[in-house]
Amino acid sequence: MIQLENLTVCYDRHPAVHHLSGAFASGSLTAIVGPNGAGKSTLLKAIMGLLPVTTGRIDHAALKRSDIAYLPQQAQIDRQFPITVLDVVLLGHWRRIGSLGAVTAERESRAVDALAAVELADFRRRPIRSLSAGQFQRVLFARMLLQDARLILLDELFTAIDARTTADLLTVVRAWHVERRTVIAVLHDLEQVRTHFPETLLLARSGIAWGQTDYVLTPDHLQRARHMAEAWDENAPPCAVTP
Amino acid sequence: MNEWVDGLFAPFMEFSFMRRALVACLALGLGCGPVGVLLTLRRMSLMGDALSHAVLPGAAIGFLIAGFSLAAMSIGGFAAGLTVALLAGLVTRFTGQREDASFAAFYLISLALGVLIVSTRGSSVDLLHVLFGTILAVDDASLILVASIASLTLVTLALIYRLLIVECFDPGFLQSVQGWGAAYHLLFLILVVLNLVAGFQALGTLMAVGLMMLPAAAARFWAQEVWSVTAVAAGIAVLSGYLGLLLSYHHDLPSGPAIILTAGMVYLLSIVLGHRDGLLVRFLPRLHLQS
Repeated sequence: MIQLENLTVCYDRHPAVHHLSGAFASGSLTAIVGPNGAGKSTLLKAIMGLLPVTTGRIDHAALKRSDIAYLPQQAQIDRQFPITVLDVVLLGHWRRIGSLGAVTAERESRAVDALAAVELADFRRRPIRSLSAGQFQRVLFARMLLQDARLILLDELFTAIDARTTADLLTVVRAWHVERRTVIAVLHDLEQVRTHFPETLLLARSGIAWGQTDYVLTPDHLQRARHMAEAWDENAPPCAVTP
Repeated sequence: MNEWVDGLFAPFMEFSFMRRALVACLALGLGCGPVGVLLTLRRMSLMGDALSHAVLPGAAIGFLIAGFSLAAMSIGGFAAGLTVALLAGLVTRFTGQREDASFAAFYLISLALGVLIVSTRGSSVDLLHVLFGTILAVDDASLILVASIASLTLVTLALIYRLLIVECFDPGFLQSVQGWGAAYHLLFLILVVLNLVAGFQALGTLMAVGLMMLPAAAARFWAQEVWSVTAVAAGIAVLSGYLGLLLSYHHDLPSGPAIILTAGMVYLLSIVLGHRDGLLVRFLPRLHLQS
């Protein structure tokens, strides 16, 4: 579904993702793990087209922009914004309603159903500023349920989230997998990855290993990932690998 | 009792210049209120201020070419304001300097240029005219201009309302479903400049932004959804125009500052009394609920 060919993405000429090749198969459920600064979020942004590709290419096959749902790290959203929970969820209809389309009763009831699926049905009239971090993450999940996307990208979705919400949201992710949607999630908890994610990409700028989770998360591979130098070398010579 | 009622309506029934001023305030308030709310939501409250100053050199050049002509000054002001907005936007996009810094830089250049032009070629009375406006001298042409800008603003906002809201609530989401929202941002800045130009003849470049920001800031204490905040802000702006005109009539005060100070009073009262996070609600002990 998503094919990476010798992909390099740079910030200021320093590679954050370095000569990465591989594929996220259609219907796969993949975790991306790796140390800080390993290029995990960068890879998701590059797939979304939010960052320019330096060399190599990303093949989106037949995916359109509206086929992809992307949940970035939460910090980018203004949680004091005067908007109700239901209105946030209704944004999930964007592909169908755009900037001028009507929110019909049927669309609203589907939004309420999505809220019910994350156990927030009674919150629909509440302003989002009154929600906890966990509740707000549930709201964003409800919005993604409406987006009905074929490819779902999740960036550090469980940071600062309580255990119960984490478990509930993982259930939603599993359901997506059963529905044959492709899910790629950046995660930190290796136990979680081993339990819930059949496939893993271990990233340390370069790909250390990519495939079945048991094969990827070996002590040897993790050791190699840990040894990635976190700081950039200011005097690094140009990369010699030919594109 | 009758005297009071008379005081509230008589000035407008008796004098046509007061009626014109009232209609101008009505139109200004309806356009500026919603624009101000969106500015505060985008954390651009001070950008409105910057743009209002940026209008000055254009208006001054218009004044020099055509004298006290509304058309020339409005076109000049619009061009100058838009130029500053575009330059600041371009610098931010291509150098990564923050928008508030580039806006500040360009509006200061623009303001100094404006003062220079007026002071070398006009008198200080002209400068005062441009800076503080004369709402009591609003003629039919400027009424039509103000009303057209208010209508255009409301129609445009209605068309791009959802986009603007999503772009400031969750820009990442809009980018992921729709591509870049910068075009709407630009369209919105054009609306801001247009409304400042509308306000500028009536209230002056310095005061025009007051009818935009003060009602918007006050409205946040009374409502908690964008549409309701917007409606409250427009209401406060219109009310401030009406009360300010009365004040200026009965006490022989300059109308621009009277209107803005009325809006300022509404803001101060809202801080104390507003039922969303107002001081009274915050600090008055109230029984809490069971769940």
